[in-house]
Amino acid sequence: MELSALSGGFDNAAHQSATAFRAIMNVMARPGVIETVTGAVPPKGLSVAASSLLLTLCDPETKLHLAGDLDTKTIRDWLTFHTGAPIVPAAQADFAIGAWDDLMPLTQYAIGTDQYPDRSATLIVEMPELAQSGTTLTGPGIKDSVQLSLPALEPFQLNAALFPLGCDFFFTAGDQIAALPRTTKPESTPCM
Amino acid sequence: MSDYNFAYLDEQTKRMIRRAILKGLAIPGYQVPFASREMPMPYGWGTGGVQVTAACLTPDDTLKVIDQGADDTTNAVSIRRFFEKTAAINVTQATSDATVIQTRHRIPEEPLNEDQILVYQVPIPEPLRFLEPRETETRKMHALEEYGLMHVKLFEDISQHGQIATAYAYPVKVEGRYVMDPSPIPRFDNPKMEMAAIQLFGAGREQRIYAIPPYTQVVSLDFDDYPFEASKAEGACALCAADHTYLDEVIVDDDGGRMFVCSDTDYCESRRQAGHIGEQGTPYGKDAA
Amino acid sequence: MYVAVKGGEKAIDAAHDWLADVRRGDPAVAELSLAQIREQMSLAVDRVMSEGSLFDLDLAALAIKQSRGDLIEAIFLIRAYRTTLPRFGASHPVETDSMQCQRRISATFKDVPGGQILGPTFDYTHRLLDFKLAAEGLTPADTPTQDTPDLAAERKPHVMDFLNKDGLIETAEATNDTPPDLTREPLELPANRALRLQNLTRADEGFLLGLAYSTQRGYARNHAFVGELRIGKVAIEMDIPELGFSIEIGEMTVTECETVNQFKGSKSEPPQFTRGYGLVFGQCERKAISMALVDRALRWKELGEDFAGAPAQDEEFVLSHSDNIQATGFLEHIKLPHYVDFQSELELIRSIRTAATAALAETKIAAE
Repeated sequence: MELSALSGGFDNAAHQSATAFRAIMNVMARPGVIETVTGAVPPKGLSVAASSLLLTLCDPETKLHLAGDLDTKTIRDWLTFHTGAPIVPAAQADFAIGAWDDLMPLTQYAIGTDQYPDRSATLIVEMPELAQSGTTLTGPGIKDSVQLSLPALEPFQLNAALFPLGCDFFFTAGDQIAALPRTTKPESTPCM
Repeated sequence: MSDYNFAYLDEQTKRMIRRAILKGLAIPGYQVPFASREMPMPYGWGTGGVQVTAACLTPDDTLKVIDQGADDTTNAVSIRRFFEKTAAINVTQATSDATVIQTRHRIPEEPLNEDQILVYQVPIPEPLRFLEPRETETRKMHALEEYGLMHVKLFEDISQHGQIATAYAYPVKVEGRYVMDPSPIPRFDNPKMEMAAIQLFGAGREQRIYAIPPYTQVVSLDFDDYPFEASKAEGACALCAADHTYLDEVIVDDDGGRMFVCSDTDYCESRRQAGHIGEQGTPYGKDAA
Repeated sequence: MYVAVKGGEKAIDAAHDWLADVRRGDPAVAELSLAQIREQMSLAVDRVMSEGSLFDLDLAALAIKQSRGDLIEAIFLIRAYRTTLPRFGASHPVETDSMQCQRRISATFKDVPGGQILGPTFDYTHRLLDFKLAAEGLTPADTPTQDTPDLAAERKPHVMDFLNKDGLIETAEATNDTPPDLTREPLELPANRALRLQNLTRADEGFLLGLAYSTQRGYARNHAFVGELRIGKVAIEMDIPELGFSIEIGEMTVTECETVNQFKGSKSEPPQFTRGYGLVFGQCERKAISMALVDRALRWKELGEDFAGAPAQDEEFVLSHSDNIQATGFLEHIKLPHYVDFQSELELIRSIRTAATAALAETKIAAE
């Protein structure tokens, strides 16, 4: 393990994770809303938002999948040191992180069971940017409707159709974060 | 003894609770099992709500705690003190100043806004529990969306009493899927559950967390010919004259004479400050007893 | 004029002060020291440790002192403290074979290799109040202390193993599976035996005693004999990753009870004896025996027996109601104000009565 793996965590875990969680909870409760999450100083390849989320939610009790380019020794070492989360293949993951294309196909992730729909994977999609435009979202947490720049449409519609089963998503870019739970119904925005 | 962590719980416990809250928000009305910890107050006294609040609080929060609608009830005082001591956060009695409100048995009268979180203390989270005592059975019923038993119970009420005989903890269906126990709030409060704030429910002893995101559909169960009614005592608050709030009945003399006052003490006080005077009230500030 | 009752904060402070006063009692009487409680109330200390799931004699003594001798309150204090402790790791399973027994009896054999040791037991004492104990100032020299035999010397094999040699009793396979941990994961049903045992060892002694007794009286009777009951110290070993080997980090007293139970055989199994198992912190003999009987009753499914509808067989019933901290909390919470709920019930019953009275009056008029 390189020395750099040891730095970049929260300096004040209790306060920083509390503040980060509030933003994380807010975006999950209000799909489409974009908030800022900071605290972690991650190795190259991970965004500030995604790494702060992982530090806030992951520990030895959560299984983590690193998709595609993110599965490097540097990132593994950093996450292992700071969270202790075991790195696993997609099918076993509680959390999976990667670029959208690297995370595919969605069908490989746990969607929960009829009796325990909560036992499903949460995907963290690293995005080049996040914008309040693009796909139109409706559903719980959304007053009327809201727009968010999703990386795709159909996979999210299929996921929503599985409700109450399905995966839940966070989207991260830089220090920004947004979310899309399985209850959100995405539709293409009609052209003006 | 050494100092406790911020908001008492250790970080690993908070992470576990936080993960459960997120899944709860993603599956509105579904009870997420969580490994509730022993807290320094007894089970049944708000340990679920306290754990959820502890997992949500940030150092910048302002906390309000109510029990039966009042900030000054002993258990509300005790929980508020617990967080003052362990999280060094600001506390308030004013609903509008609070960012996190922990409650037992009431929803504040003043509509909550998007920047607020309402945390409910829940004794028995399973709405089907008194119809079927076994968790293994009720879990199957939720999985199969088999809620016939509940409708039979409500229907039997109607045939026996001419109305649905559930006055509090009146079951609701969330987003057309899960039947949920709203905690023992009076059914007067049920319609308020479609709100702008995030609602989180913690049942410590029963090890369950559930949630309702803002603007989520929450429907009180009923029948077309017997629609749900959000009932309350007839009359107005004796202190602030409000006739649209939930009222507590107070016995005032040995002959059983009674009067009604707002259960939401902060709401009542702000009305009195604004100049509303009930039948037995006095102008605000003149009863500093 | 009406002024709403306030003063919750003041009332709480006053109650706490009063509590501190009565806890201390008459200041003219010397205050109890933790050492006195630890040494002279040792069975209370053991019960608090076992149901509190924390082996620490001094903390248990402190909890007993603070709780004015209310053991469930003391157990609660220990549990609440326990949850704040960081978890460094898990020990190896304790080897009760190598226990330094201070007590070891078998009801199924007259004599066993290693011998029976009666130990410090109330059994066979005549339950007569000993007024000599009421005389204060008895110095240790006045109370003869027994020379404790060299207990460590001899390894005492489990009595049950002798039965096992002939295949007369079911084999309890050792596995290296990590048992579930109900202090870290929510209880999920159905539970495996390891999880059930974990629940039972933390369970309220009185609750288990009542359930075990009910099996003896015919509610899922399983004909238990105490194959062996042993009490003594066992070593706690733990792997230390930094060292690369395991070391003994301490020792603790436990009570272990293995019962031999009748089994008629089933479609798949020929008749043989079956087992019930109890293991608890400290010297908690009644609890360990009760635990073994309830464990055996809960095993009906895996042994192919019928469900007789007895409470002790009902896993969900037993496991959901065994914890006295959960039970006492919920029971006592009905002391909290419920006037909002009660108000809604009042309104409801008034409304139903009004309707019913009107209906009655109508029928009466119609009849006239």
